Amino acid sequence: MAKTPKSASTAKPAGVGKSSVSATKKNIRRVQGRPPKNVTPEYPDTNTMLDLYEQMLLIRRFEEKAGQLYGMGVIGGFCHLYIGQEAIVVGMQSVSKEGDSVITSYRDHGHMLACGMTADGVMAELTGRRDGYSRGKGGSMHMFSREKNFFGGHGIVAAQVPIGLGLAFSHQYRNTGGVSLTYFGDGAINQGQVYESFNMAALWKLPVVFVIENNQYGMGTSVSRAAAGRDLADRGKAYGIPGMQVDGMNVLAVREAGAEAMAYCREGKGPFILEMQTYRYRGHSMSDPAKYRTREEVDAMRKQRDPIDSLREILVHDGVENDKIKALDTKVKAIVSKASDFALASPEPDEAELWTDVILEGGVS
Amino acid sequence: MSVTITMPALSPTMTEGKLAKWFVKVGDDVRSGDVVAEIETDKAMMEVEALDDGKITALEVTEGQDGIAVGTIIAVLDTGEGAMPTPEDDQKGATQTAEPLTPSSVAKLAAKPAETFSATPHSGVLTPLTVREALRDAMAEEMRRDENVFLMGEEVGEYQGAYKVSQGLLDEFGARRVVDTPITEMGFAGLGVGAAFGELRPIIEFMTFNFAMQAIDQIINSAAKTLYMSGGQMGCPIVFRGPNGAAARVAAQHSQCFASWYAHCPGLKVVAPWSAADAKGLLKAAIRDPNPVIFLENEVLYGQSFDVPDDEDWLVPIGKANIVREGTDVTITAFSIMVGKALEAAETLAAQGISAEVIDLRSLRPLDIDTILTSVKKTNRFISCEEGFPFAGIGAELSAQVTEKAFDWLDAPPLRVTGADVPMPYAANLEALALPQVDTIVQAAREVTYQKERG
Repeated sequence: MAKTPKSASTAKPAGVGKSSVSATKKNIRRVQGRPPKNVTPEYPDTNTMLDLYEQMLLIRRFEEKAGQLYGMGVIGGFCHLYIGQEAIVVGMQSVSKEGDSVITSYRDHGHMLACGMTADGVMAELTGRRDGYSRGKGGSMHMFSREKNFFGGHGIVAAQVPIGLGLAFSHQYRNTGGVSLTYFGDGAINQGQVYESFNMAALWKLPVVFVIENNQYGMGTSVSRAAAGRDLADRGKAYGIPGMQVDGMNVLAVREAGAEAMAYCREGKGPFILEMQTYRYRGHSMSDPAKYRTREEVDAMRKQRDPIDSLREILVHDGVENDKIKALDTKVKAIVSKASDFALASPEPDEAELWTDVILEGGVS
Repeated sequence: MSVTITMPALSPTMTEGKLAKWFVKVGDDVRSGDVVAEIETDKAMMEVEALDDGKITALEVTEGQDGIAVGTIIAVLDTGEGAMPTPEDDQKGATQTAEPLTPSSVAKLAAKPAETFSATPHSGVLTPLTVREALRDAMAEEMRRDENVFLMGEEVGEYQGAYKVSQGLLDEFGARRVVDTPITEMGFAGLGVGAAFGELRPIIEFMTFNFAMQAIDQIINSAAKTLYMSGGQMGCPIVFRGPNGAAARVAAQHSQCFASWYAHCPGLKVVAPWSAADAKGLLKAAIRDPNPVIFLENEVLYGQSFDVPDDEDWLVPIGKANIVREGTDVTITAFSIMVGKALEAAETLAAQGISAEVIDLRSLRPLDIDTILTSVKKTNRFISCEEGFPFAGIGAELSAQVTEKAFDWLDAPPLRVTGADVPMPYAANLEALALPQVDTIVQAAREVTYQKERG
């Protein structure tokens, strides 16, 4: 097993949820492993955990279905699946507040579902149909929902980072109390505009949580071949931005870290970096030669660290009946199956749609 | 021996300035390096230092005197060395002043009175304003009108604008709304896009559009395309503004016209005003527009004065060209600084019996092709003018459209007057050759009217 995140072998569950992080103290803390019940006041109740389980499972099943539809040629172009990383966005969104903004890269299906966008609308966009969120004109990488404060869905690696900063600027300017949750990957972390954003975020104390989803590979290049230095959570150190490395395969650890980071932002202290150590089971996109890592590595990760299996174990351990869990499996399956049917039944966009949404009316005339 | 101190040039485009303050008087002893005066233009301020030790024997201009041409003698210093001034000494005096650096054709671009600006009805009261003042007033008025409008860029606040366009805005609106950024174009362009998605109305100033190339991904991929990619959900009401094109003697990396780059892309509006009235009315319209607007200014025009309507709500709609001179023999289109050159050319042509109609495009996307076609159908000849490169430039597009849509009315092939197809050279003579001049337009007009052999 070559590329297991270092946190896996050094799991140390202590230290979670105990201290508040400040830029003046040690900037890096590690949050990993299952938070022990007795020291974590935010340890969620069973219903919350069931909800987390359902959301992660929905993303998993949705992505599996998207992969199938891609194979059938119904979904075209690029399609980047989130399988393996579900705990991150589900954990983060579960501790965010109404009005917070979310923005991410092109691996975005999970984020949309976690933000409350419908599986029907997302799937119909993947199939390029008129009932999709972008009416068939955006596709997998470009979907948005103003209603749900989801700002995309961006196809250029790291371009969403300054935009996420702008959303934070808007929160501060309008004094909304909201936070910008700006997600990007370990590939994006080496783009210059990320550091331009870190600098301004720290300079102006903007309320933004930079969530690095470190899935170990930027396309086919492992982090160790792309990134100098060891911890991506450290990358804000020069700007005084606190960073935490988090077990991104553990939804409870993600929640814990996310809540702390968001609280820090809401107190007006400025940005916060969370490095979520995670793993994607599938290729970078659907056309991935998978030559850059071994099957054993992927299998080991699935068997030992799967975020959904882990949570199910906790639920079982906590005495939740198997039937209750099974019911969720059935429910999720039905949602995805319906979304697939909906997306296939929805017609292609009207040809007149080619010319709409280029420019808004309403300028000075 | 007497040496002279002359009026220095503060910038490549400065031709004259004001003596704001004398720090010496006749009879004072000064040492090399002492500050003797402070001079000021509408753009910048600078201290003048003595280059020799000696006694001030004359002050040739009075404190507060304005309009002093670069190179004018402002003071005389007796160095006590007795000898007659040598050419070398003169040279020495001149090093702090330098020649007026602008190519003469640029420097002499006089502002023509804006008689035909009738895009929006106005009260009829006109006040002369420089383009710089007009742009500032437009921003100030819109910031007063809408709390969500803010200005962000390098040196827009405490420095008062790299070209003094934002002078006074920090004082009025404070640092929350007039935001100095680090030198980080891609970052603050992207930040602006995000802020626009987040219900604000940013004005993003680039110190020049040459630097906006660092940010062009955010402008095109993020600002221009997201409305379409979101099925109409994500409007991006943002203005990207700053000087575009050649200033003077700043060479290849600071002299490019990006009009055709931006005009190429759906999802953007692109404007490039010439007069102060249009600069003001179009900028106000751009700030109110729900779309991303590229607002191309010109450094050489900043200091030029034009009559501007006094109306509080002076707006010029985006997408409407303006016929700035009527004529019957040839249609000449231009935008930004080239409008002034086209008008000069029209004057010369009139003396030669050729009546030129000059159209200020003002807006490049959307393009007011109807006004152009109507004119071409009257004159039967078409010339486009721009400072940018010829290949795939604005003129290429205009020529194609005029050919496609008014072929039967043309009596001569359309001609493009453009910058030379080379990176901008530094040397004054080469730079003048690289930029389209008034005579280039005159010759093109003679060519399409068959007064001259085709070149």
